[in-house]
Amino acid sequence: MSSSVLYDVPGPKARTRNRVYGLLSTVAILALVAFVIYKFNDTGQFQAGLWEAYEYTDTQQRIVDGLLTTLKTFAIAAALSLALGAVLAVGRLSDHKPVRWAATVLVEFFRAMPLLIMIFLLFAAVFTTEPMWALVIGLTLYNGSVQAEIFRSGINAVPKGQGEAAYAIGLRKTQVMTSVLVPQAVRSMLPSIISQLVVTLKDTSLGFIILYEELLFVGKSFAQQTPPVNGVYAFIPMVIVFGSIYILLCLALSSLATWVERRSRRSRKGTPPALEGTAATVMADPGHSAAPGPGETGTGPDGPKAP
Amino acid sequence: MNVLVDNFAMFREGFFGTVELTALSSLLALVLGTLMAAFRVSPVPALRVFGTAWVTLLRNTPLVLLFLVVTLGLPALGLKGWDSFWLAVMALGCYTSAFICEAIRSGINTVPVGQAEAARSIGMTFGQTLGQIVLPQAGRTALPPIGSLLIALTKNSAIASGFNVTELGSVQQTLNSAAGYNIYVIFVWIAISYMIITFALSGLFRLLENRLAVAR
Repeated sequence: MSSSVLYDVPGPKARTRNRVYGLLSTVAILALVAFVIYKFNDTGQFQAGLWEAYEYTDTQQRIVDGLLTTLKTFAIAAALSLALGAVLAVGRLSDHKPVRWAATVLVEFFRAMPLLIMIFLLFAAVFTTEPMWALVIGLTLYNGSVQAEIFRSGINAVPKGQGEAAYAIGLRKTQVMTSVLVPQAVRSMLPSIISQLVVTLKDTSLGFIILYEELLFVGKSFAQQTPPVNGVYAFIPMVIVFGSIYILLCLALSSLATWVERRSRRSRKGTPPALEGTAATVMADPGHSAAPGPGETGTGPDGPKAP
Repeated sequence: MNVLVDNFAMFREGFFGTVELTALSSLLALVLGTLMAAFRVSPVPALRVFGTAWVTLLRNTPLVLLFLVVTLGLPALGLKGWDSFWLAVMALGCYTSAFICEAIRSGINTVPVGQAEAARSIGMTFGQTLGQIVLPQAGRTALPPIGSLLIALTKNSAIASGFNVTELGSVQQTLNSAAGYNIYVIFVWIAISYMIITFALSGLFRLLENRLAVAR
């Protein structure tokens, strides 16, 4: 149902009324923004002294270093979680009961545990001196389990006839998987996989809490080191600068997901496998992921998003 | 077993801290999420833009960053005196509201078009159509995803332990640093506590689903 079904095409009177509502809400939102800016200005957050540090190349270098650390952590965790996801998905789709059972237990357990609790455990027990590996392994275990569910539902969503036909011409299970099911499944799961990668990227900021020198931590230590100007500490500039970097990073990655999704929907050459199965699971899935990425709800079978 | 017996008061406090945090931020998230979903389908373009911006921005913000924004930003705005618990409720509630909004909106999309058309044809306004006809039906479809989102919220509430809120995550942190206990045993008890909450939540939602199920 597109949203326009919910209301009649506005007539002259309704159009005026909508314009009034629009004006009022715009004014309200602008007033809120103005209030924030005024208050920040009033409490001296925009003093030049708090911001000039960002002009030094030394500072910029530190920000870049923090960014690279975050990206490195993300890259390792992403690669490992995709690998683990593939292994667990294969396990869950296995013909052998014990393997299937073990994989299911692992997936369900790691999806049910809060990621931060797992990172605390890894940091306290295994990687006491290497917060990076505590973070990476925590992210891998959690996101790997979620990716496994995405893979599995993607493969299950391929029309049944495909697998049956492949078996009928005498392929073995491995062949059926690698040459028939997986190539088709990848197309329908790609948006969900990328959305989960956005979650992974967002969750690298959990390193902040175990004092790992990623982007957010660099920001905080940076704000603490900047001497206060007229009694104002440099925390708000830090949040503005580093927050924008994070949001831009995640936006870039999630717009990639949206783009891939739109592309796969458009493709004419062989319609992509029906999204019903994936969509249903993916819709239910965000629950288990710490934070479902954007695009997930968009993969629903209900066609175009409301404007 | 020792860890639990020795520190039962701490565990109890942490457990109820997490329950309280989850309950209050769920409430905030549900209210805000429904409001934003209504904004996103409303006939007023300015509200649609606001709803979209809210969702896009919050879905792409790491929760830790949002916690920092709330704990550092509000005092700078002159809104002092909130204790860390309510700040955590705000951060968690706003963050989850973006996802709830999307769940409800896709629920709205699954309501048959005829329902809204019929409502309009008997002269209902947008507010009436949405509030009395479409949302009650959309809510039923959106129930399972909302349940999973609230479970995710429970798990995310562990982040509040990094910001001076007493809950299960902070119990683990305190006990980990206090020497003498086996770290894995602490972990097991914390894990069980979380499982109690998440199982209760998913049970509640299954009950609700059965209660509200309607033959179409």
